[in-house]
Amino acid sequence: MFRRLHEPDGQSVTIDFEGEILKVGVQESVAAALLTANPGYSRKTPVSAAPRLPFCMMGVCFDCLVEIDGVPNRQACMEIVEEGMKVRRQNGTRKLGS
Amino acid sequence: MHSADVIVVGGGSFGAADAYGLVRQGVDTVILDGSDDSLRAARGNFGLVWVQSKGMGLQRYADWSRESAHLWTDFADDLQDSAGIHVNYQNGGGLNLLLSEEERDTCRRNIDIMRQQAGADGYDAEIIERDEIQKLVPGLRIGDEVAGASFGPHDGHANPLRLLRALHRGFKHHGGRYFARNEVLTIKHDGKAFIAQTVKESFTAPKIVIACGHGITKLAPMVGLKAPIRPQRGQVLVTERIEATTEMALGSIRQTDEGGFMFGNSEEEVGFNDGTTLPVTGNIAARAVKAFPQLAKVRLVRNWGCIRVLTPDKCAIYDESETMPGAYVATSHSGVTLAAVNAHHVANWVVSGDTPTDFDHFSARRFDVPAAA
Amino acid sequence: MAAAVEADALGLSVLLLDEQTEPGGQIYRNIESIHSDTLDLLGDDYRQGAALTERFRKSNAAYKPGATVWRVDEDGTVAYSQNGKGATASGSRLLVATGALERPAPIPGWTLPGVMTAGAAQVMLKSADMVPSGRVIVAGCGPLALLITQQLIATGADVVALTETTRFGDYISATPHLLGALTSGSYLRKGRQMRREIKQAGVPIYSGICDLTAIGEDKLNAVGFTRDGVKAEIAVDTLLLHIGVVPNTQITRQVFCEHEWYKPQRYWRPVRDEWGATTKDAIAVAGDGGGVDGAAAATLHGLLAALDAACRQGHIDMGERNRRADPIRYELARHQAIRPLLDALFPPPPEICAPPEDDTIVCRCEEISVADIRNAVALGAMGPNQLKAFTRCGMGPCQGRMCGLTVTELVAQARGEPIEEVGYYRIRPPIKPVTMGELAAMADE
Repeated sequence: MFRRLHEPDGQSVTIDFEGEILKVGVQESVAAALLTANPGYSRKTPVSAAPRLPFCMMGVCFDCLVEIDGVPNRQACMEIVEEGMKVRRQNGTRKLGS
Repeated sequence: MHSADVIVVGGGSFGAADAYGLVRQGVDTVILDGSDDSLRAARGNFGLVWVQSKGMGLQRYADWSRESAHLWTDFADDLQDSAGIHVNYQNGGGLNLLLSEEERDTCRRNIDIMRQQAGADGYDAEIIERDEIQKLVPGLRIGDEVAGASFGPHDGHANPLRLLRALHRGFKHHGGRYFARNEVLTIKHDGKAFIAQTVKESFTAPKIVIACGHGITKLAPMVGLKAPIRPQRGQVLVTERIEATTEMALGSIRQTDEGGFMFGNSEEEVGFNDGTTLPVTGNIAARAVKAFPQLAKVRLVRNWGCIRVLTPDKCAIYDESETMPGAYVATSHSGVTLAAVNAHHVANWVVSGDTPTDFDHFSARRFDVPAAA
Repeated sequence: MAAAVEADALGLSVLLLDEQTEPGGQIYRNIESIHSDTLDLLGDDYRQGAALTERFRKSNAAYKPGATVWRVDEDGTVAYSQNGKGATASGSRLLVATGALERPAPIPGWTLPGVMTAGAAQVMLKSADMVPSGRVIVAGCGPLALLITQQLIATGADVVALTETTRFGDYISATPHLLGALTSGSYLRKGRQMRREIKQAGVPIYSGICDLTAIGEDKLNAVGFTRDGVKAEIAVDTLLLHIGVVPNTQITRQVFCEHEWYKPQRYWRPVRDEWGATTKDAIAVAGDGGGVDGAAAATLHGLLAALDAACRQGHIDMGERNRRADPIRYELARHQAIRPLLDALFPPPPEICAPPEDDTIVCRCEEISVADIRNAVALGAMGPNQLKAFTRCGMGPCQGRMCGLTVTELVAQARGEPIEEVGYYRIRPPIKPVTMGELAAMADE
């Protein structure tokens, strides 16, 4: 849905989104990084499993909730990518977890 | 001026349940309710249908609570028919977790007191051990500090907000008339009927039920009644939605059917301040995490204070005025538990004068200080 | 930042808690690391942030990035979360400078993947160095809609159109304000220049549009609108909505500040005096969070709040405070002069404020529709809070940020009551979600 104006060049990290390895810029938010991967959707709502992608990119809409490194319901637009980060779609209601 | 058979003052748990029961009997009823920002315990309620801790010092109230719990399933079904709303009543019993030996001892003592008080009526709560507790909440791992729990077989919970909406919908469905933003200023009797003057209009009816929580303090004396209620705050926490994990009702922890976990049960004497405080919020969270360590990673999304309508002995007040018959007061802090008996027995009482057994035990006269000899 | 720098210069000890990981807020996002090409593209307005940020970094103000404030008490104490740990901070005065957010624009289909705000596109451009990859349409009204259109075109993005809700009648009603606005000549010049550049790039500007709709099944495929009574549909991959910005009042409401309804732009703002002091003694507001005046005005409000704080603390006396404030107020008046014109030119369309279609989603989190809300009002819900209790509208993670204004408008419309009487959601802590574990750890303190 989005493309980079300049390649990340030396300043890049790799993250895993739904099994796909992405090379992303070090300063990018998880939401921005995802949007370059044409994900279709990054979460399904708990109420009706409707597909959503990030909407406001500034932390107020909570539509960008994803699971990062096993922790569900994290605002992707407020998290900066890190090397080896594992990102998964937030499919509906979260699990309790251990 | 609007007229009706019965005026119910208050559209919260008590008022709406009473009014619902009245229209179910075909009585032409109006509800006079306050505003969006009025104090509304019904909106801050935890949702317990609770029996095990009720009525210490007043056995009639313990019985009344149990009676209501037994009526609740039929009540919920009837509400579903009338309103098309499922309030998700779960009656698998209820747990009061004990997180120390001291709490166990106190609980043990209270159970003994209640058992003695109940006599032949029986008191069914009992202390159970960790392994039995764990069996009751298989989806959650109980924390190391859990020293036991008291289990009450009659306890349960329901969705308190859906209950409120269902009562209003059911009330409307059966012909009830609801007037919001109509705070009652005065209640008078003109020799024939009561006249309630609100901030907007006037209403008249041969009978009037004052069930408006803290608004009762000002209105009860106008009909020759008194109701010594006081405010008490309980802070409540609710989390993000989580997959269905447990249907068990705990005294301070429950999972709603939408998925959020609710935590609560502070008891603070702070007047009508319905705010929240960091220390109490933190304590409620600390207790919850001790009970179920998995909850540590779950996120709080909202935290509020709810002002209970508390009587001196924590039991209900039901009264009919002697000087102005046809005027009633009905209140307690357990609006969800008592919704069933309110809709059934109390409505009946108002309509037909059919007084439930030993109902005078609930009169506010029990609080009168005996005159000095 | 302006307030922090000034307060520090006046001898106050300052702590700045920033939810973002780098200074700049929304306007100057990524100002310290922006790509030089993009910096050129973004122009002088953005560039101004660099000097301010540098002064902030050099000041003695303590800076905590990635610190999310989740609770404020009436005495100004805040509870915040940083790196998964909770802490509290308190000072003699709290300045809330949390800015504005895009007015939520509930059009049919606005929850579809592919629909975002103009502000989101700006964040993508500034922070992530990214632009929409497919066909993009900008819709709405206000200077930011023009700006993002012009900026995206300059990056080479495939902008297919700008559709504006602004009608000819708005221009007429704006005319009385023109004289006042002439003292802010640069605003007007900038607006005209942006329109020129957009047209020169071959991108059509459709004005006076209504019935804006986002069309698609599982994602956005097209945008529909009506113009001059004629329905149109344009195939796009991205829709950027912008119907002005509104103050973010979560914190000021949570801490019980009084708010007032600002009718020309149909939003709530905290009641403030001329120094930004709210109705709570320890708390002041500066910037767009107190009322939308724009970025330049925001820094000036920050300076005034800092002066007032220094005066209250006894670092300067009232005479000195007022004397120093004079030139700031003069400058502020210049920037505020454009507001009546902008407000008259870009009123939020009634169909956005109170959406007419039953199926339009109002509460994105809980998926509550216009019809759900109207039904709840018909059942007796007399305000946003009773409505919330009846429908769960406003109970989701965003706690009313996306639906609050719309709910207030719909309830007022359904009940035929003035907005001031209808009110707004009760906002409660936490301002942002916080884990039970973090909360529990704070109990032990």
